[in-house]
Amino acid sequence: MSIRPLLSSAWTEWLIALRFLLDNRMQTLLILFGITVGSAVIVFITAIITGLQSNVVDRTLGTQAHIRVLPLDEFNRLAPLPAGTLSLLRESPRAQRLRSISNWQDVVTLLDQHPRLTAVSPVVSGPALALSGVARASVALIGMDPLRYERIIPISEDLLAGRFRVGAGHAVIGSELARDLGLNTGDKLRLDGGEGREAVVDVAGIFELGVRELDARYVYLDLKQAQTLLALPGGVTVIDTRVDEIFAADELARRIERLTGLRGESWMETNGQLLNALRSQSMTTQMIRLFVGISVAFGIASVLAVSVVQRTREIGILRAMGSPRGQILRVFLLQGGLLGLLGSGIGGAVGWLLVQVFNIFGPGLFQVTVEPGLIPAAMLIACLAGVLAAAVPARRAAHYDPAVAIRYV
Amino acid sequence: MSDEVLRLEGIGKTFNQGTALEARVLQDINLRLGRGELTALIGPSGSGKSTLLNLIGLLDVPTAGELYLQGRPTRSSDDATRTRMRNESLGFVFQFHHLISAFSVLENVLMPLIIRSGRPSAEAVELARSLLQEVGLERLADKRPTEISGGQQQRVAIARALVTRPPLLLADEPTGNLDSRTAASVFDLFRRINEQFGCSILVVTHDPRLAASCPRTIELVDGRIVSDGASIPMPP
Ligand SMILES: Nc1ncnc2c1ncn2[C@@H]1O[C@H](COP(=O)(O)OP(=O)(O)OP(=O)(O)O)[C@@H](O)[C@H]1O
Ligand SMILES: [Mg+2]
Repeated sequence: MSIRPLLSSAWTEWLIALRFLLDNRMQTLLILFGITVGSAVIVFITAIITGLQSNVVDRTLGTQAHIRVLPLDEFNRLAPLPAGTLSLLRESPRAQRLRSISNWQDVVTLLDQHPRLTAVSPVVSGPALALSGVARASVALIGMDPLRYERIIPISEDLLAGRFRVGAGHAVIGSELARDLGLNTGDKLRLDGGEGREAVVDVAGIFELGVRELDARYVYLDLKQAQTLLALPGGVTVIDTRVDEIFAADELARRIERLTGLRGESWMETNGQLLNALRSQSMTTQMIRLFVGISVAFGIASVLAVSVVQRTREIGILRAMGSPRGQILRVFLLQGGLLGLLGSGIGGAVGWLLVQVFNIFGPGLFQVTVEPGLIPAAMLIACLAGVLAAAVPARRAAHYDPAVAIRYV
Repeated sequence: MSDEVLRLEGIGKTFNQGTALEARVLQDINLRLGRGELTALIGPSGSGKSTLLNLIGLLDVPTAGELYLQGRPTRSSDDATRTRMRNESLGFVFQFHHLISAFSVLENVLMPLIIRSGRPSAEAVELARSLLQEVGLERLADKRPTEISGGQQQRVAIARALVTRPPLLLADEPTGNLDSRTAASVFDLFRRINEQFGCSILVVTHDPRLAASCPRTIELVDGRIVSDGASIPMPP
């Protein structure tokens, strides 16, 4: 078949489909309303849940590295046994002392070159006591290079007072710790790393990440001072990294393990529960969308099924006048597609408006943006679903026996 | 043979063949229609007139015999071919006019051409208008079928059947639903277009007066042709 008859047949099919829809105005309006409500619901909950989830993930990842690269745990080494000997072992796991990643400079250089890591920051961290007057608190010392570290966690953005300044006897501490020890910027703080390793530092800044545990325990120093206090001269205990695609962190962690021989710990492992919650939420949303979609599709199918029966005689006469089966089939498929497309277009706009209303009048915990692809995607899916829903009634119409259809009353 | 529009050779039709509901409706029908003939098909109810018309209209397939439309055998043609032949060679008028309510009167007349080749050309629209004029309805071109009377609807259906200039027009009780005066005027129209367009017309009717006004009458009884010849004019 050449293109011309195809085009002219398409013109005819569009004409008849549109006229049939306009002719059944009430039915068309009612089903359009149904499709509109359905797709508005789908667009709205998709936008809200996506917004909520990315907000939760953003907040979680705002205070931690995507992948932490750590030294392997220490384990008991056994002397090799002579062949043929049976040995019964009772093993107690070894205490894991604080220790450095060997040749960490090479590892950092390697990770710096990794195309999927967007930031790499070597860190030395370990426990210490913080003392101020009679108050004392147990803290975690974090020694790092601020330029690198801020690309992992942008502390400067969360400063309540002072500056993010470390080195030359300066430290930056969390708001809870500052309150517990009664400290302000400019005050002195004594840090005790144990075994007589002590230092007095100036509080240069106070941050608040919004996570109590961190705000009460983190004390930021430069690498050198922390290394001294933790008795790890020249060492780092962990390398923090950020990845380009957060949900690929697990897979990337495995790759880094193979690459470096070290342990890679992704945020997904450390936040298993959160991820579980997000997953079941996504599944629920998916179910809601599926069922709303199915009921909309059934709505389209039933409206068209009624229309096919109502138009039995007209279909018969069209066939008698020489309308091929395929033309009748496409007339009804087109109606399904058009209903889906139009209804979801309006529904998408309504859903978008609902999101704006939610942003203005909702709880205001976070801003939801409708992803630009969401509404076109919804329209495409609805259009396909409409065509699919129309398939059964359309096939029925196309297979009417014209001699019988014409006499139908 | 070029004067022959239709030839039926030994046509038979049995519904539900091979089942308990088997119904032998037509048997051994032999028939020729020439170009420009106006023929009435009469017979008692249930004699198989509509069945025969459906076979001739390629809406149904005979169970025996062969049907030649413009010299072409049709029995073993597939649905697509038969559909195209209906569009090109046949015009249909039914008792219940069957206009399509979603389209205007003019668009209904154009429908066979729209089905054939999409958007109608200016000449096609011109032709449709002149046919509407022929049936006396040019003023109603933009009305919907539901807005005009039954007789007017039947005239629109006739104009529609003529728009492709078919060599054969089939009408199944086209006046069955009309009062006698309107029926007579619709029949007059058939006679006129028969003369004017030279298309062969086969019309099923129950009305002996209308049948008598056709030059040729075929009578069907129990699925067989019992008489075929010049109509006996009704006494006035
Ligand atoms: N699809 C079918 N299946 C079974 N029998 C049928 C079918 N169509 C028609 N018949 C039978 O065939 C016979 C002839 O029917 P047909 O409609 O051709 O008669 P007719 O001459 O047109 O009658 P009328 O004048 O009442 O319109 C009837 O007995 C009818 O019951
Ligand atoms: Mg009949």
